[in-house]
Amino acid sequence: MNWLTNAVLPKIQALVGREMPDNLWHKCPACGQMIFHADLATNHRVCSECDHHMRLPPMERLKLLFDGGLVEPIELGKPAIDPLKFRDRKRYSDRLREAQSKTGRNDAIVVAHGTIEGNAAVVAAFDFDFMGGSMGSSVGEGLVRAAKLAETQDAALIIVPSSGGARMQEGILSLMQMPRTVAAVERFKETGRPFVVLLTDPTTGGVTASFAMLGDLHISEPGAIIGFAGQRVIQETIREQLPEGFQKAEYLLEHGMVDAVVHRHKLKQTLGGLLGLLMDPEPKADVVKLDPASETPASKPVEANASAPMSSADRVEQNEASKKSKA
Amino acid sequence: MRHFLDFEKPIADLEGKIEELRHLTGSDELNIDEEVEKLQIKMERQLRATYQKLTAWQKVQVARHPDRPHANAVIDHLIDDFNPLAGDRGFAEDLAMVGGIGRFRGRSVVVIGTEKGATTADRVKRNFGMARPEGYRKARRLMEMADRFKLPILTFVDTAGAYPGVDAEARGQAEAIAKAIETCLNVRVPLIASIIGEGGSGGAVAIAAGNRVLMFEHAVYSVISPEGCASILWRSAEFAKDAAEALKITAQDLQKLGVIDRIVPEPVGGAHRDRTTALDALGDAISEELGALASTEGGQLRAERRDKFLEMGAA
Ligand SMILES: [Zn+2]
Repeated sequence: MNWLTNAVLPKIQALVGREMPDNLWHKCPACGQMIFHADLATNHRVCSECDHHMRLPPMERLKLLFDGGLVEPIELGKPAIDPLKFRDRKRYSDRLREAQSKTGRNDAIVVAHGTIEGNAAVVAAFDFDFMGGSMGSSVGEGLVRAAKLAETQDAALIIVPSSGGARMQEGILSLMQMPRTVAAVERFKETGRPFVVLLTDPTTGGVTASFAMLGDLHISEPGAIIGFAGQRVIQETIREQLPEGFQKAEYLLEHGMVDAVVHRHKLKQTLGGLLGLLMDPEPKADVVKLDPASETPASKPVEANASAPMSSADRVEQNEASKKSKA
Repeated sequence: MRHFLDFEKPIADLEGKIEELRHLTGSDELNIDEEVEKLQIKMERQLRATYQKLTAWQKVQVARHPDRPHANAVIDHLIDDFNPLAGDRGFAEDLAMVGGIGRFRGRSVVVIGTEKGATTADRVKRNFGMARPEGYRKARRLMEMADRFKLPILTFVDTAGAYPGVDAEARGQAEAIAKAIETCLNVRVPLIASIIGEGGSGGAVAIAAGNRVLMFEHAVYSVISPEGCASILWRSAEFAKDAAEALKITAQDLQKLGVIDRIVPEPVGGAHRDRTTALDALGDAISEELGALASTEGGQLRAERRDKFLEMGAA
């Protein structure tokens, strides 16, 4: 295979004195670098050599985002099995069972709640390893529940797609998940809370063409493929070379579809900052330093300076405080 | 090296002399310090005299001064935790139109501005501050976001105008500007517009139909550039000076006409000579205006804004 597996691994195995499982080493699909699994995990699956962002399984994604890595998933129940009795080379019901035993979850979505930099949030993360993260009725159900939960908890809704699109094996019912999820996020948005889409690799087909393009904010990871039609389909249709970087996050940024491309290591901080700006717009009480020498009594209620027009003394102090915080 | 405008020649000469003297080290025949101080006082007097009676055409030069603080400089100075947001969600990210969310003196706000660019490369990238339809559509999207989350909107206008190009026309430049104005007038949050440099016609008013319109002391705001007006009405761009006077484009004239609400003073010699003082004054003015609107309910803000523009030019 290569020098590492041929030469180094046997030596390590000899040293350790037992069989080393192959999956201790990961090869970066972008640059070919072999990375030790523990290093990859600490780096949140970003290649230390070329910065390539590999796919992040949903539980790791949630741990990365929530404060203290605390993830509280909600129970989503068993999906309706195979409504169309669909069968291609395999039965859909068999594919489902296989995916369930491979991933240990009922379908391609995990919904959890917690806080991100102190802001209440419900996050729904797709699992690409479950049938390519495809969206069927049960994924749709997960998204509807996530939106409802965010509403009841007065939290932000964050959806993290990683999906090939609609689940063909559910036929027209999977197509109907497009309007269903749009209805869910629109009902949520009417409550005035932020809906953020965190676009990860890949976000394609009916998933992109529904809830994923309706966020108040669209944040993407670098290099993520985001688009509607698959590249092979497009190439076969137009019979032309596709442009450099076509359908990558950076291409979408240039074409006005995403607000920002953010490195995975800065994701939690950026997302938290944005949620704070949207959910907590009033000036923070602790910005105003109460000066015992000023005429402002220290017992002055906090709300007074949060909603009333600021006095000039407050303004100067706040201004200075904000300058300091910038420096 | 400071960039001097034509009419600043006497000031430039004095500053040149001061520099020369400062480099004359080791010569004790002259009391250099004393001489420098004398010249300094003379120069400041000259600067004050010049800037106290700038003509409209001179103000056009000042407003277009390459060192004048542009929208990004204003944002850097006034907005904390600024998160730039990109894109019209339709066609492109227009770098001539900057925008995002951040905190102005503690409070979350949506910020929108036309940006001419700081360096040559930056200016090219930003199309010299002339936005295309996607820029105005992005502005509109951000205003709608502000409306949704009840965040005040601060806009900073500095543009020669909307981009006049075939591509811009093909994608509906006029429609994009019209919708942006409509959105300015429809939002139920305070909208405070500041003309910080050049307020070039439709490309400016697209983001400036606000509850309050502020203007820097030496900024200009006009329906057409003096050069453009001169070449049409005087049949020669050489009459730009006359056109500048005739058009009434200075902050002082516009306040008399009721088009703007407040003039923000600039330091002696213009905002480009002392950005910090200029931008602090702008921040204080915005803060006061925002404070005055803080307790007004959304529907009322909208109604007042509409009434204000219904009165523009009314008999
Ligand atoms: Zn790599």
